[in-house]
Amino acid sequence: MYVAAKGGERAIENAHRLLAHERRGDPAVPEITAAQIDSQLTLAVDRVMNEGSLYDRELAALAIKQARGDLIEAIFLVRAFRATLPRLGATEPVETAAMTVRRRISATFKDLPGGQILGPTFDYTHRLLDTQLDTHAGQNGAAPEPVRAAPDATRMPRVTDLLAHDDLIEPSPQAAPEQPVGDLTHDPLSFPAERDVRLQNLARGDEGLLLALGYSTQRGFGRTHPFAGEIRLGEVEVEFTPPELAFAVPLGHLTLTECQMINQFKGSATEPPRFTRGYGLGFGHCERKAMSMALVDRALRARELGEEIKAPAQDEEFVLSHSDNVQATGFVEHLKLPHYVDFQAELGLVRRLRAEFAAAAPAQRLDEAAETSVQEAAE
Amino acid sequence: MNAPAHASTNAPAYNFAYLDEQTKRMIRRAILKAVAIPGYQVPFASREMPMPYGWGTGGVQVTAAVLGPNDVLKVIDQGADDTANAVSIRKFFVRTAGVRTTTSTPDATVIQTRHRIPEATLGEHQIIVFQVPIPEPLRFLEPRETETRRMHALEEYGLMHVKLYEDIARHGHIATAYAYPVKVEGRYVMDPSPTPKFDNPKMNDCAALQLFGAGREKRIYAIPPHTEVVSLDFEDHPFERYRFAGACALCGSTESYLDEVITDDRGSRMFVCSDTDYCESRRGAQPALPPASPADPSEPEGRRG
Repeated sequence: MYVAAKGGERAIENAHRLLAHERRGDPAVPEITAAQIDSQLTLAVDRVMNEGSLYDRELAALAIKQARGDLIEAIFLVRAFRATLPRLGATEPVETAAMTVRRRISATFKDLPGGQILGPTFDYTHRLLDTQLDTHAGQNGAAPEPVRAAPDATRMPRVTDLLAHDDLIEPSPQAAPEQPVGDLTHDPLSFPAERDVRLQNLARGDEGLLLALGYSTQRGFGRTHPFAGEIRLGEVEVEFTPPELAFAVPLGHLTLTECQMINQFKGSATEPPRFTRGYGLGFGHCERKAMSMALVDRALRARELGEEIKAPAQDEEFVLSHSDNVQATGFVEHLKLPHYVDFQAELGLVRRLRAEFAAAAPAQRLDEAAETSVQEAAE
Repeated sequence: MNAPAHASTNAPAYNFAYLDEQTKRMIRRAILKAVAIPGYQVPFASREMPMPYGWGTGGVQVTAAVLGPNDVLKVIDQGADDTANAVSIRKFFVRTAGVRTTTSTPDATVIQTRHRIPEATLGEHQIIVFQVPIPEPLRFLEPRETETRRMHALEEYGLMHVKLYEDIARHGHIATAYAYPVKVEGRYVMDPSPTPKFDNPKMNDCAALQLFGAGREKRIYAIPPHTEVVSLDFEDHPFERYRFAGACALCGSTESYLDEVITDDRGSRMFVCSDTDYCESRRGAQPALPPASPADPSEPEGRRG
């Protein structure tokens, strides 16, 4: 006899208990702490802060623990929390030229004021699994003390500013303090989207999608001839001007990764040839994300620069509508929710069409097939 | 169900019905605009909710914005009160708003639904909130929002009629079984959400306020009470309401929309009401019939609606 699927509430509670059990894993192994994640899985924390749009290492680490290491799930946890936070206001723009730099490389100049600083990078590691890393000796011993240079007081100008002196590259856009910066979390995205909203969208966007789109531009789908003008990682001071004070007060520091891509521009009837720029910026150490973002930002400037729009990475509606992985995973995964009612309606329709197909005389079907193929040939 | 409101079950950290009042005001403004322009999709600043996009975040935000402490809430998914996501959403509002809930359609003042309209006729005292995945009826004909907004503005619905015509030319029928497009008050073509077209006639001249929320797509639209809602069709191919020809195996109804349930691996199946409250209230009124002999599933019935 038919038994309706009752007891949804108990099933949900049991599923949650089972999930907590699976999350904990083998009880013989010590439980991981959010502090360990924060200090040892730093790049995962950086990604969750970026795409979660919230600079809070502890919460991001907690989210990673709660999500069992599923970073998109962790990003979702952070986003849902962020949506409940009140807004105090907007900070002053951060000045990345005044960054306390830990890493700074340029692929366009061998040397430049401030020099090249390799910093903590995987770039020249050999990808050989280090079996010593997880031995007890390796766990207990601290990593060897890094070599540190004396702090250098030299200001480290951005490469793009160095080039701008010769007008070889487009200047940084002028600050427009009276013009509010768009905010996707308070206004729905609409098209055409201006660059502020686009950069916010890309900064929140899925690293994997931006990587693939950036890659596609390098392979010719919207080619923009990029050079990594500069990538820098370091700390910047954040300042806020409270309404009751007339001056900015420092709130603290952010770790940021910034990427300035330098791209060709052939010029137009009114503009001489010069280099243009794509821009990427993200929380923490996120080079892959910042570089991909800069490539996609530049590709999406096609409309502004009068370039022909023919590749996916240049299509702002395509890119900006599909970049958010919390939205994307929600809609893809919602397919596991029940669709009995729609499927029943489709079943009814298909059965009806099949019944009519079966009832039609075979000869008539042949005629129709012949007609169809003639039509197709005509097209 | 009728879970009583316990103030102690309210999650302390959150406002009544989860959303802060500023956000509710923003959503109510969008709802008012939607009511003023029936069938028009109003963009709104949809928030990230603590459940995934695709699970009804639009409907949940609309419900949160219209819910008051004296409301009685019913939540259904696929017509049923006991599907996991309906249970989950109901629990969310019990926890964050402490409102009374019910499974009874007539007793509810707010009904949040996914994929069905209840069989019982809705009244003036009720609001029905639909969860909407893709609010744009033209989306599968034209993927660009910039284009579809222009088409709505110019009332340029030829593409939709061509699609329906091509269906008839190819299949002999309009091959849309759910999310069947409607025209609201003679102006906007609207997606009724993925309800079966069986439910479309219930939207016309409905006494209840019908609100539609699409969280991921950030759109709200509405049908005010007693608004004309017409399913798109042609004079020589009028709209047909589809229902499987058979009776519910539990309550014997020959009027309700049926779920097909597979009972073994040899093709046996039975049909039961998708609207569990309708089915249960009928069974309360009359004894359940023995399961009807399996109807021939290849024999559908088209009925004018």
